[in-house]
Amino acid sequence: MAHILQTSFLPSTSTLRRSPISASKARSHSLRVKAKIREIFMPALSSTMTEGKIVSWMKSEGDKLSKGESVVVVESDKADMDVESFHEGFLAAIMVEEGGVAPVGSAIALLAETEDEIAEAKAKSQSSSGISSAQVVEQKPKQKEESEQAVPAVAPTVSSTKTVALGSAVHPASEGGKRIVASPYAKKLAKELKVDLGTVVGTGPLGRIVAKDVEAAAAAAASVVAAALPASPAIAAPVAYGIELGTVVPFTTMQGAVSRNMVESLSVPTFRVGYTITTNALDALYKKIKSKGVTMTALLAKATALALVQHPVVNSCCRDGNSFTYNSSINIAVAVAIDGGLITPVLQDADKVDIYTLSRKWKELVDKARAKQLQPHEYNTGTFTLSNLGMFGVDRFDAILPPGTGAIMAVGASQPAVVASKDGRIGMKNQMQVNVTADHRVIYGADLASFLQTLAKIIEDPKDLTL
Amino acid sequence: MHSTSALSFSQATSLPTTNYAFHSHSAVNLRFCGLRRQAFGFSFSTHSTSTRLRLSTRAHSYKISASDGNNGTPPKSFDYDLIIIGAGVGGHGAALHAVNKGLKTAIIEGDVVGGTCVNRGCVPSKALLAVSGRMRELQSEHHMKALGLQVSAAGYDRQAVADHANNLASKIRNNLTNSMKALGVDILTGFGTILGPQKVKYGKVGSTYTLVTAKDIIIATGSVPFVPKGIEVDGKTVITSDHALKLEFVPDWVAIVGSGYIGLEFSDVYTALGSEVTFIEALDQLMPGFDPEIGKLAQRVLINPRKIDYHTGVFATKITPARDGKPVIIELTDAKTKEQKDTLEVDAALIATGRAPFTNGLGLENINVLTQRGFVPVDERMRVIDANGNQVPHLYCIGDANGKMMLAHAASAQGISVVEQVTGRDHVLNHLSIPAACFTHPEISMVGLTEPQAREKAEKEGFEVSVAKTSFKANTKALAENEGEGLAKLIYRPDNGEILGVHIFGLHAADLIHEASNAIALGTRIQDIKFAVHAHPTLSEVIDELFKSAKVKAPASTSTSSPVTEPVSA
Repeated sequence: MAHILQTSFLPSTSTLRRSPISASKARSHSLRVKAKIREIFMPALSSTMTEGKIVSWMKSEGDKLSKGESVVVVESDKADMDVESFHEGFLAAIMVEEGGVAPVGSAIALLAETEDEIAEAKAKSQSSSGISSAQVVEQKPKQKEESEQAVPAVAPTVSSTKTVALGSAVHPASEGGKRIVASPYAKKLAKELKVDLGTVVGTGPLGRIVAKDVEAAAAAAASVVAAALPASPAIAAPVAYGIELGTVVPFTTMQGAVSRNMVESLSVPTFRVGYTITTNALDALYKKIKSKGVTMTALLAKATALALVQHPVVNSCCRDGNSFTYNSSINIAVAVAIDGGLITPVLQDADKVDIYTLSRKWKELVDKARAKQLQPHEYNTGTFTLSNLGMFGVDRFDAILPPGTGAIMAVGASQPAVVASKDGRIGMKNQMQVNVTADHRVIYGADLASFLQTLAKIIEDPKDLTL
Repeated sequence: MHSTSALSFSQATSLPTTNYAFHSHSAVNLRFCGLRRQAFGFSFSTHSTSTRLRLSTRAHSYKISASDGNNGTPPKSFDYDLIIIGAGVGGHGAALHAVNKGLKTAIIEGDVVGGTCVNRGCVPSKALLAVSGRMRELQSEHHMKALGLQVSAAGYDRQAVADHANNLASKIRNNLTNSMKALGVDILTGFGTILGPQKVKYGKVGSTYTLVTAKDIIIATGSVPFVPKGIEVDGKTVITSDHALKLEFVPDWVAIVGSGYIGLEFSDVYTALGSEVTFIEALDQLMPGFDPEIGKLAQRVLINPRKIDYHTGVFATKITPARDGKPVIIELTDAKTKEQKDTLEVDAALIATGRAPFTNGLGLENINVLTQRGFVPVDERMRVIDANGNQVPHLYCIGDANGKMMLAHAASAQGISVVEQVTGRDHVLNHLSIPAACFTHPEISMVGLTEPQAREKAEKEGFEVSVAKTSFKANTKALAENEGEGLAKLIYRPDNGEILGVHIFGLHAADLIHEASNAIALGTRIQDIKFAVHAHPTLSEVIDELFKSAKVKAPASTSTSSPVTEPVSA
């Protein structure tokens, strides 16, 4: 093909070549319909191009093509170029998938003149694609295999979740759910993740479907797959964690910061005091106001903040080794695990802000943390840190004190326990263990003990939390 | 010198040094508005002397200008040689050039100096785009990783971003005002109305008017955002570019009506700041004004991978602002069948459907001029044409108000062209040499004809058209920046090497176009310019490659090779 090139680049209208001889024959003898399926070849986009990579197919199989319409984007050694169709027809079969490489002049897709011929073309592509698709597979045989196995597994589950979720798929956004209102990115994601928007419940403004709803739906579908296929953990595991074994991976910026802080923490003399707190009343309160968007994290932060009001020394820190720094506000930092690290969004003035606002604030902070959009003052102004691993069933653990603060509290799970009460009876109570690590230069054992006593009182009689 | 400044400035602080500083400032902002530097470059060295002269001899300056003008009109019958109605970039450019030519000049402004470009257009939008470009870079993990950089949590403060845009606008506005004041241009505050030939009144609406006369008058009143009927703009949730530039809020989901320059730039800003965007375009494809090939590539880079979707071939026939807990509601009507097609519910809608000339109340009826859809009809020399098709003597119209080419720097170039004419040198501006740019990331720029336009012209006039292209992927500097996405395209005549059009999509495209636009303006042919040397490695080599890859049959003109034989370094 290179010999017909006048310039180093062909205008894209002339880059598509199909078997012209058979095509014109089909035209002139329209009764002989056999040759109406044509091949789309990998075009030569520059004089030095020997093979091209398919960047993206702009049309899908079965799509109608009009003359001059772009079909595929091809990357050559110099540039990405659109390849346009010369004739009308239907894109019957894609023979080289996106990311695949094909030599110049080899067939990358089939074009059928009418819709009826699509099936015929597909059959033809299957029989003839042996050569060209083999080349694609050769490039990345491993991934190919994996994805091939994964794809059929996902597909049926997505459709099964459809039936489950249909009943609840009501969009307050418009006409009682007759129309689907989804944000542009949500639509894009849905297409990518093959999620049917009709089955997704929107949580965005006015009930619109936003990106995270689609992601949640896709994740739900994926977890169903994982659960349904216990026999194939070997495939699921590497996909889920994306860690290549046997490699050394440098810290990200965030992980580097964590590492520095952890080493720095060794220069602080810390000690620990634990306490068991009964949470029945707190659990009851949580149940009652959960529907108003209150989270357990917010409740714990609030309770801690109220206890700190009475024990300002536990909210203090030691900056220079010579003095107490009593902080003017109570800012509760809460450790959050995010992709590849840890961050501590801060609930500022947690003692003053009401529980509902605090819960909303917390949600906002977590969203921002996930999106990596937290501002410095939103994660480094904490005066007291909370770390909660209760949701994993951990009953007690020990936390390292973040430098620059006076104390951190490790919160375990609240679990039912058989408890003997003071009046000699035995009963079931929900109990949670907390363990505070503190800087002994400023906070002494008695300080922590009385702080924990206050905290236990607040949690065991939590009416103050909603004030 | 000191006495000079004491005379001209009422403020005691204005020493000659500050006076000089104004000039250099104005040079900066001129370039910013896309004015041709060439125009200012001339005036820079000469005007400082002429200014001082005229400042010190204010009372006599009339004589000087009259003799400069060298025409037979008795000067005493006019208050000014030139009055410009509208102190936007067009009026400013004309005023500066007029002073340079020795004309006694006044400029009438009813709003703020700087007009749309400086206050509600190119200038503040560039501030927002500077922010969006950086945000985009910082957010692109892939891009950062490829460079070996680790950045966590890029965020922004909306108010601070908005302040940056606003501060920039006021800074440039002050520079413009000061540059005119320093040169002795009278700034007359109020709305200008033409009363008759060479006669204008101005004043604040509702108060008394002042009558002024001038030998020549330039209308440079510019334009305002065009809002199609059925769309209710409330300035909060349904907005035009005027409101959007204040960045009072960043909506989660914004519909942008119109996918031209303005819409495209705002989509760049909004998506970088976290919004999702829906384009509504009446034509069948997005970015209708661009060369189709560039448009396609731009769509693949600027639209498809971003949080943007679009509806083409539809009109937004009705847009209701958000109220009573309801979102902004947009009714879409098919452009061809006129049937209602869809309804969108979004958080905000930006109307970017173009701009309408601002010519109401200009008093054009007093001189028998009928506007065409609001535009003032002019000939190729910007002379205003009346209802009978005759020239209105001594009256010119430049910029958006005449609608020839609605760009700030085009207005200024037209203004300079008019000043050339009234000072005795015939001048016709070649609009095909005026570049245009869209400051997305990466940028888009163009000059001259698009490929379809060139082919149509070629068919009519019977010449051959060729196209050459180069990619940013082959450019060292672009690859070093990890920004290889881009294409430069040259449309030319292979027989004589004439450049018909150049279109660039890629890193700093807006800065790269001027080599081509200057070549078109000066009539330089490809076979000559291809010998010009470009520093390596620079992005300008993309254009160098482009010229070199063109196949021109005509030989290089001999004159270009002669300077080479005279080494300067000796």
